[in-house]
Amino acid sequence: MQETTVAMSRTESARRDADPSGPQGAAVDNAVSVRCVSKTFGSVEALKNLSLDFPRGELTSLLGPSGCGKTTLLKIIAGLLEPSSGRVEVGGEAVTGPGPDRAFVFQDFALLPWASVLRNVAFGLELRGMAKSEREAIAEKHICEVGLAGFEHSYPHQLSGGMRQRVGLARALAVDADVLLMDEPFSAVDEQTRRKFQEDLLDLVRNERKTFIFVTHSIEEAVYVSDQIAILLPRPSRVSEIIRPSGFRDKGADNLRRDPEYLDIVDSIWASLRSYVE
Amino acid sequence: MNRSLLLKLLSAAIVFGAWEIAGRVPVSYAFPTFLDSMTALFAMSIDGTLLRAYGETLRPLVAGIAISALLGIVIGLWIGLSEFCDWLFSPIFIVMQAAPLAALIPLLVMAYGIGLTSKVFVVCIMAMPVIVLNTASAVRNTPSSLKEMGRSFLGSDFDIVTRIILPSASPIIFSGLRLGISAGFIGAILAELKITPTGVGDIITYSRSIADYPSMYAAIFSIILLAVLFLNLLERLEGQLFAGNNRGYVSD
Repeated sequence: MQETTVAMSRTESARRDADPSGPQGAAVDNAVSVRCVSKTFGSVEALKNLSLDFPRGELTSLLGPSGCGKTTLLKIIAGLLEPSSGRVEVGGEAVTGPGPDRAFVFQDFALLPWASVLRNVAFGLELRGMAKSEREAIAEKHICEVGLAGFEHSYPHQLSGGMRQRVGLARALAVDADVLLMDEPFSAVDEQTRRKFQEDLLDLVRNERKTFIFVTHSIEEAVYVSDQIAILLPRPSRVSEIIRPSGFRDKGADNLRRDPEYLDIVDSIWASLRSYVE
Repeated sequence: MNRSLLLKLLSAAIVFGAWEIAGRVPVSYAFPTFLDSMTALFAMSIDGTLLRAYGETLRPLVAGIAISALLGIVIGLWIGLSEFCDWLFSPIFIVMQAAPLAALIPLLVMAYGIGLTSKVFVVCIMAMPVIVLNTASAVRNTPSSLKEMGRSFLGSDFDIVTRIILPSASPIIFSGLRLGISAGFIGAILAELKITPTGVGDIITYSRSIADYPSMYAAIFSIILLAVLFLNLLERLEGQLFAGNNRGYVSD
């Protein structure tokens, strides 16, 4: 706990030096803010009075032990679940349901098995009533972007797990939402594919200027990809701390995993979480 | 593809060969050989008997199957989507499926007479329950992440039903249709044997009464052949409509 605070203050001061107008500065630009959100399922209190800000253009991870309400929070932001109390704002507007400003990437990919890759990627646009030729042109662009060129007419069952999630990602990118909500997107793909995904995700955050909200249960993954990590503790879920690793972000993908700060943060997060893991 | 065709022909040859041998032994005086039956079938096709018979039989059959398929899928969808509707309708179809139909036919005749209506009812009672119950359970078991995906990408309820729930339920709906339609064929013949002898049912009853067994078996064979052809057609249709469903689901 002690260590974490140290790491936190260090990273935060480093960030302030680098970027005075950043999220900790005066002009806070939050793409998403969650205000005092509670959620109960029957008698179970999943989230209690949770407040959290998601700075625009950054990737924020929600990290915590299983059952801590990470996915519930993400679905509330997505508008798929309604909070029992409190409010969520996206771009300054209160969330009342799913909206065009948010796109979701699912843990189990949620692809239509009867539809080709092209139709799956274009599906979000199809539901918005865009004309077929137009939406397919956009979809093809994003299929290339995620590295699936040549698989447009394959069906999901013909793809590997990693490729299926690329389809899910391309579908979310195709609707051009400001906020990408990712629910443990890499947990169902193998370790090597996952590493490649994480590297690609860093590029994506840098290039797309979108806000990413990323649920994960992997500490290493969270530290590796995030600008900001919110650690959630369970029953009822609350934000226990916010860590902003930033000192090693520009050291390149190859050196990142052995950077001392990276390793320190991983260790300190584990130290604070271990007592919650049975 | 060629291999599968070859296997189909081979299995047909084995079955027909066994039939021929059993007819020649003979296992029973009332059991004609395959070749005799085919000759009778040919003769009936040539002189138009069969054509006239199917003109009669197909009316309740087609009407009953069309009603069962359309209404069955709609009611099944409704049951799958709404708990209230499940409570309201499910018991009816479960009872219908378990009911000893042959014993109930006199009741139908009392209510609806001996005409087309009663026969259509018999076909529907045979065909509809399995279509409804299969559709309902498939709709209820649509993966929830697919429905959430539809909602999060701003699909309307109608979009979600037509573009996600129905296609996702289609393999089980189609298997319900296959079972229901074969039951409907049984129902159509049952109606013609039990209510009034018309069409193919008339050929079966009449040929049996004059001990013309080859004609009787030819008529039975023709109705089975028609059912098989129809079910194959249905399978083709399913393959055309939902190509990716053919080889299992994404989550496997």
